[in-house]
Amino acid sequence: MLHIFCPHCAEYREEEEFHAKGQAHIPRPLDPEALSDKEWGEYLYFRKNPRGIHHELWVHAAGCRKFFNMTRDTVTYEIHETYKIGEKPTVTAQS
Amino acid sequence: MNQKNRLQSGGRIDRNQPMSFEFNGQLMVGYQGDTLASALLANGVDVVGRSFKYSRPRGIVTAGADEPNAVVQLGATEATQTPNVRATQQELFDGLVAGSTNGWPSVDNDFMGMVGKIGGSMMPPGFYYKTFMFPQSLWETYETFIRKAAGLGRSSKESDVDVYDRMNQFCDVLVVGAGPAGLCAALAAARGGARVILADEQSEFGGSLLDGKETISGKPADEWINKVVTELEKTEDVLLLPRSTVNGYHDQNFLTIHQRCSDHLSDRAPTNQPRHRMHRVRAKRVILATGAQERPLVFGNNDIPGCMTSTAVSTYINRYGVAPGENLVVMTTNDYGYQAAMDWHDAGRKVSCVVDTRETVTGYVVDAMHERGIRIMTGSAITEVHGSKRVKAVSIAPINEDGSKVVGPAAKWNVDTVASSGGWSPAVHLSCHTGSRPVWNDDIIGFVPGPTVQKQLTAGGINGCYELENVFKEGLGAGKQALKELGLEPTRLMTPKVESHERNPAMALFLVPHRKPMSRAPKQFVDYQNDVTAGGIELACREGFQSIEHVKRYTALGFGTDQGKLGNINGMAIAAQVQNKTLPETGTTVFRPNYTPITFGAIAGRDCGELFDPKRYTAMQPWHVANGALFEDVGQWKRPWYFPKPGESMQAALNRECKATRESVGILDASTLGKIDIQGKDAREFLGRVYTNAWAKLPVGKCRYGLMCGEDGMIFDDGVTSCLGENHFLMTTTTGGAARVLEWLEIYHQTEWPELEVYFNSVTDHWSTMTISGPNSRKLLAELTDADLSNDNFGFMDWKTANVAGVPARIFRISFTGELSYEINVQANYGLHVWEQLFAHGEKYNLTPYGTETMHILRAEKGFIIAGQDTDGAVHPHDLGMSWAVANSKPFSYIGKRGMAREDCVRPDRKQLVGLKTTDPNVVIPEGSQGVFDPKAPIPMPMVGHVTSSYWSENLGHSIAMGLVKGGLSKMGEKVYYPQADGSVIEAEICSPVFLDPKGERQNV
Ligand SMILES: [Zn+2]
Repeated sequence: MLHIFCPHCAEYREEEEFHAKGQAHIPRPLDPEALSDKEWGEYLYFRKNPRGIHHELWVHAAGCRKFFNMTRDTVTYEIHETYKIGEKPTVTAQS
Repeated sequence: MNQKNRLQSGGRIDRNQPMSFEFNGQLMVGYQGDTLASALLANGVDVVGRSFKYSRPRGIVTAGADEPNAVVQLGATEATQTPNVRATQQELFDGLVAGSTNGWPSVDNDFMGMVGKIGGSMMPPGFYYKTFMFPQSLWETYETFIRKAAGLGRSSKESDVDVYDRMNQFCDVLVVGAGPAGLCAALAAARGGARVILADEQSEFGGSLLDGKETISGKPADEWINKVVTELEKTEDVLLLPRSTVNGYHDQNFLTIHQRCSDHLSDRAPTNQPRHRMHRVRAKRVILATGAQERPLVFGNNDIPGCMTSTAVSTYINRYGVAPGENLVVMTTNDYGYQAAMDWHDAGRKVSCVVDTRETVTGYVVDAMHERGIRIMTGSAITEVHGSKRVKAVSIAPINEDGSKVVGPAAKWNVDTVASSGGWSPAVHLSCHTGSRPVWNDDIIGFVPGPTVQKQLTAGGINGCYELENVFKEGLGAGKQALKELGLEPTRLMTPKVESHERNPAMALFLVPHRKPMSRAPKQFVDYQNDVTAGGIELACREGFQSIEHVKRYTALGFGTDQGKLGNINGMAIAAQVQNKTLPETGTTVFRPNYTPITFGAIAGRDCGELFDPKRYTAMQPWHVANGALFEDVGQWKRPWYFPKPGESMQAALNRECKATRESVGILDASTLGKIDIQGKDAREFLGRVYTNAWAKLPVGKCRYGLMCGEDGMIFDDGVTSCLGENHFLMTTTTGGAARVLEWLEIYHQTEWPELEVYFNSVTDHWSTMTISGPNSRKLLAELTDADLSNDNFGFMDWKTANVAGVPARIFRISFTGELSYEINVQANYGLHVWEQLFAHGEKYNLTPYGTETMHILRAEKGFIIAGQDTDGAVHPHDLGMSWAVANSKPFSYIGKRGMAREDCVRPDRKQLVGLKTTDPNVVIPEGSQGVFDPKAPIPMPMVGHVTSSYWSENLGHSIAMGLVKGGLSKMGEKVYYPQADGSVIEAEICSPVFLDPKGERQNV
């Protein structure tokens, strides 16, 4: 069970309070009608499944109900950071 | 039976407290302080079970968690049956009842034993795979047979009578294991002011010190243990947990501890006490001081009762005052094995000799043997044991220097007990639970913990550190290191003084050679519980299994309840040897939680029975119960399903409820519908983005139905949203979708459109909602409210605030039945009051309560959909013929718009929702039936969609149904057929789903 720092509550809480919501940083296209079916399909369905560093969207569902991002290692389950929506990760696969 | 193996004195048992117990139907007596295993040995019980595959008689081998054979069924009553209890870990209590688990039909004489005796060659590794694979139809027969034969215990057929607990804990330092290393680590951490938990699986703290005769600073070890434990007990913020196995090491230092609170007291837990408790611990630092387990040696017939590990022999003598035999021979690859010979001799029994596999040995151990007149045979090994239900003799032969060959004739020695020591295997299990691989260390001939991302320290035996003085130092060091890492100040601590000895180097020997090759030698057991032999591992390798994980699965090595604690290293080494690889090359299999088996009760804690899952009731629940409602689960809600009168069938009740509603007035408790309060200056804009229809012009005081889609264009929820104020809306959702919709709104607001000023709050539980529906609903409501209910003043899809039954209310004129309807919302606390007032006035109108089933029928008569029943995640609004609920001119590309426009979503032959009228009006098509256009088409018939809703309509006098049909919206009047499992075919005509009042006049009166 993960131990997660909610950047809104500024506290560590148990994973039971959170829901994982999939890959982070997938903005909704600003002009959906301008996209081809294939491009819309990419936005809808295609997600990364990296071995190692991954950025995920989480929500503090049984807490402040706020969404935030997490940089997590999918191999070791280490959580390198959590950060608010709109902020950039400081730990990336390249770094 | 008398305690023939009990020593006159010694041990940590209380001879003044005898305890009687029953094993396999025989009454025996042991003492307070015994384990079931020590009491059985004291009573001279040799055979405690039968082996898994060959059904060979088996005796007690170890004194701890690694015991493979003494796995028993416990329980004096049916309700307290507990399978797979290790007798070596079960403390004896008065009245304990136990029996062998493996050994069907009896331990002494059983069927599988004869199968096994026909010939070992008949049951090679993979025997079960090879033999019981085909034909598959017989698998159930096989399985029953195998399970019985395998005999890994049985669970109770009755409910568990005990209660179990769960506790969440946190600490600075969790010390796992209270042996010399763990006690020192805990002491150092506690002295530094850390919040400490110290857990140990045994009943007493002290670990290996309890099993030997060590002196510490010149005094018996238990004086030192008592001093340390007393200090820890007195220190604030130190939690001591004996009888508590740290079973799982999970991510980010989350560990589970299985505490056995009352298993040592009685068959069932004393009143108001939990039987087990699961501690869920989040620790800043973990110190693993789990020690090491002794490896037995692998030699011919090494499973005959009387063969034990050398530490087990010492433990039974020193801790329990039991010498489990008369005449001992010791075989060892290291100096530690000699301890058993010393203890046995000092207990006044005969040691025939010590067989040392090494060429030469000098120093302390030689002196100790010399003093006692015990012969040492170096460069030799016990190649084979003779006997059946007890060791009778052993063959001892000289072996070469690397232990690969017998180099001379064997001599037979008459003994009844064999103690073997192949060295120590550090108990690395917990350090591996989060994915860390152990690392082979040639110096200690064992695996030690590998690199890990956990905040973990290790001390003592787990590191391959076995000299007591060094173990103390490592323990203190780990405690201090933890303090440092936590920013706490360590205090000075003296290392306890102990006698230390110069040791001869140990020999790496994992298989004792026999003059015959492995495949022909007497069985050399590696994994006792699964009957895996050295020959079996060799055969698996010869058959092409190379990866140790494959060898494990093919031979079942390490698959038993002991999880290979005893045999894994030997097995892997033998596999490596056969493949001409080194042990590090072969590697280990993966250790996973749990370390030892735990009860389901401990996992469930109090989350069982009534508390298994929360139940949600509306404010009117007591009335529903008093009026005979039957309930249906909708999510966690308990909703009235229907209200049968005494003796009334379900269909009769539904018919009555449906007719009463359409003819006069019915009432539904709709409190469970999700309600979300939405406020903010951009609330209206937001609604326009998440609903498919337009919201820009909805005036205050009006309600509107909306469909909610995903980005793929598929419907996922629907409901009515009302405009309460210019910047204030009340959204309703389906009962089951409430939480999901709220999260959906939040995710779009927080991650996509944070610039919109809008706030969402769940108010589902704040309001009680009752819907009165039917031609007399206005008359009824008028008796209770001051509001003007005239159609001109309060029209369809209006809402108003008013008093109802003296209580402030919101009244919504919306309808899910197609009748004149009012949905009355009052503060939940007033719900029951208003409901009762409606009934007080409703008798003259035959006010009839109805539940979810009648609600479903009434809405189906009108062709209203239920999201999740008539839709399945692959249905968009146009598929439902609900294009009227989709706006095309909204400026913002709302959620679902682009998705609905995809090529596949505009195909004319998509499955579309239509009404279905059966040719025989009395036949109700089973919901879920698959339709075909040609009932005579060859199998597999092309299927064109399924029936989503289907009911008997008493109001219409015929059955009604809705279903998805390929291209259905353009096939009105055509036939579709529903073949049934019994071979019959139901014929139906495709029609409009609106069966009643197609113009919608009834709700507008
Ligand atoms: Zn939070």
